[in-house]
Amino acid sequence: MAGLTPKQSTNHPNPFPQSKWRIASWILLVGYLVYSVNAMGLSWQRFTDGLGHAGTLLDRMFPPNFSRWELLLGGLVESLQIAVIASVVGILLSLFIALLAARNFMPIWISVPARAFIALCRSFHPVIIAILFVKSVGFGALAGILTLIIATIGFIAKLFAEAIEEISFKQVEAIQATGASFIKVILFSVIPQVFSRFIGFATYQFDSNLRNSTMIGIVGAGGLGGTLFSAFQRFDYDFVAAILITIIALILFWEFLSTLVRRVF
Amino acid sequence: MQQSDQHWQRFSVKQKLSRFTVYLLFVMALVVSMRSVEIIPEFFFDAPEQMMDLLNRMWPIDIAFYPLTVHAAIIETLNIATLGTLVTLIFSIPLALINASNVVASPWAHWFARFFLVSSRSVNSLVWALLFVAIFGPGVLAGVLAIAFRSIGFVGKLLAEALEEIDMGTVEALRATGAPWGAVMLKGYWPQVKPAFFSIVLFRWDINVRESAVLGLVGAGGIGVVLNDSMNLFQWQQVATSLLAIFAVVIMAEIVVVKIRQKMI
Repeated sequence: MAGLTPKQSTNHPNPFPQSKWRIASWILLVGYLVYSVNAMGLSWQRFTDGLGHAGTLLDRMFPPNFSRWELLLGGLVESLQIAVIASVVGILLSLFIALLAARNFMPIWISVPARAFIALCRSFHPVIIAILFVKSVGFGALAGILTLIIATIGFIAKLFAEAIEEISFKQVEAIQATGASFIKVILFSVIPQVFSRFIGFATYQFDSNLRNSTMIGIVGAGGLGGTLFSAFQRFDYDFVAAILITIIALILFWEFLSTLVRRVF
Repeated sequence: MQQSDQHWQRFSVKQKLSRFTVYLLFVMALVVSMRSVEIIPEFFFDAPEQMMDLLNRMWPIDIAFYPLTVHAAIIETLNIATLGTLVTLIFSIPLALINASNVVASPWAHWFARFFLVSSRSVNSLVWALLFVAIFGPGVLAGVLAIAFRSIGFVGKLLAEALEEIDMGTVEALRATGAPWGAVMLKGYWPQVKPAFFSIVLFRWDINVRESAVLGLVGAGGIGVVLNDSMNLFQWQQVATSLLAIFAVVIMAEIVVVKIRQKMI
């Protein structure tokens, strides 16, 4: 039974050794914090001063002032209009672009440019796109709609293309074997496979468009954002609070609706 | 042989009705929005011409403007994004721990954490920036805090989901040895959520680089301030320089994130 007597070793290696990389990354992190705080001129003084202002600001924000509800409602309706139109047009366009970008349906010389276009739509923040559209089509809802169409294509077309690339080709071949045209192949073999995911993406994108449509007004592209920004500039903080509460309520309401819609499909 | 008179249907009557209702409401919303939105058609048809005019004014790009102000502003933007992402961890890690049902098992705590996470997400980063500019005055501090507060909801929610998905075996084993809370956290939970944690943080950093580029439009520091100044002066060639710089930084951030993720996984 010699093999069963365990060797009594007194120096176990530490089961949780300190790695050099961990220490190095902590040093790097602290170094970066010191550098960036210095480079940007952040100071504790300013932070504590600001906390005093925060008290005053909150004091002036409450109670929220809903007396100018007509202005609020006008902005809200415009935001909703922008979000609805931009989502519908953007999602329809995304369907086509996604089909062009799907590598299992299209030759490489179509899918690569389509993918590049999608990437270009994604690379800029909606506010920057909104600025460019405000300069080219003037202030108002149209600039907002065009902006959100671009934002929708950048996000949805990419997800749609990925969904289309993941489908099973058996159904496609079955429909093709009946002699169906290309449009019918898409309608009866591709769409049914990806439809429920499309609905999911579409409701998410509508949610995102709704949030963005309340923001792009800051640069003049219509909607509630414009009302919010001018309320800020006039220091009407109680009206600001009312607008913020409306936006949050709107988004919570849509979240409730979208779970209902997703249950239907 | 008796023939079956059952007629096969893909959806039940109730399903059909509810789907039809969703379609109907959807089309109604679209029609109402299209009819009531305020769009001046002349502006729309004029758009391509105006867009070309804008591009003509932007060309040639003012490269000499880059070393003057754009470079420093771009570095500041990157610092805002990075520091904001680091600051958000201070708030989002505790909230994620409270929100994860296998760490803190109290429904009241969950509602408490969820309230903060949801309100952080519903307010757009530009709106957070407006609030913080009102509190701390224009500058980098407002930008860092806007980025940090907008990210709390995102990081906190995803981290809580990652925490809930872990295998509890290690944690129970550690608890059975009588390990203190800190040791259970560090050696039980942390190793399992580490990959998810880093990928969430990197993903948010990538988004924050895009967002911090526009915060300057409301006075919260970074490249947006330079962009806003050149636009107000109608210096479109300088605007083009800033836009190109933003584009380059966004692409660079995306490449960095992809590379780090490949190394880690």
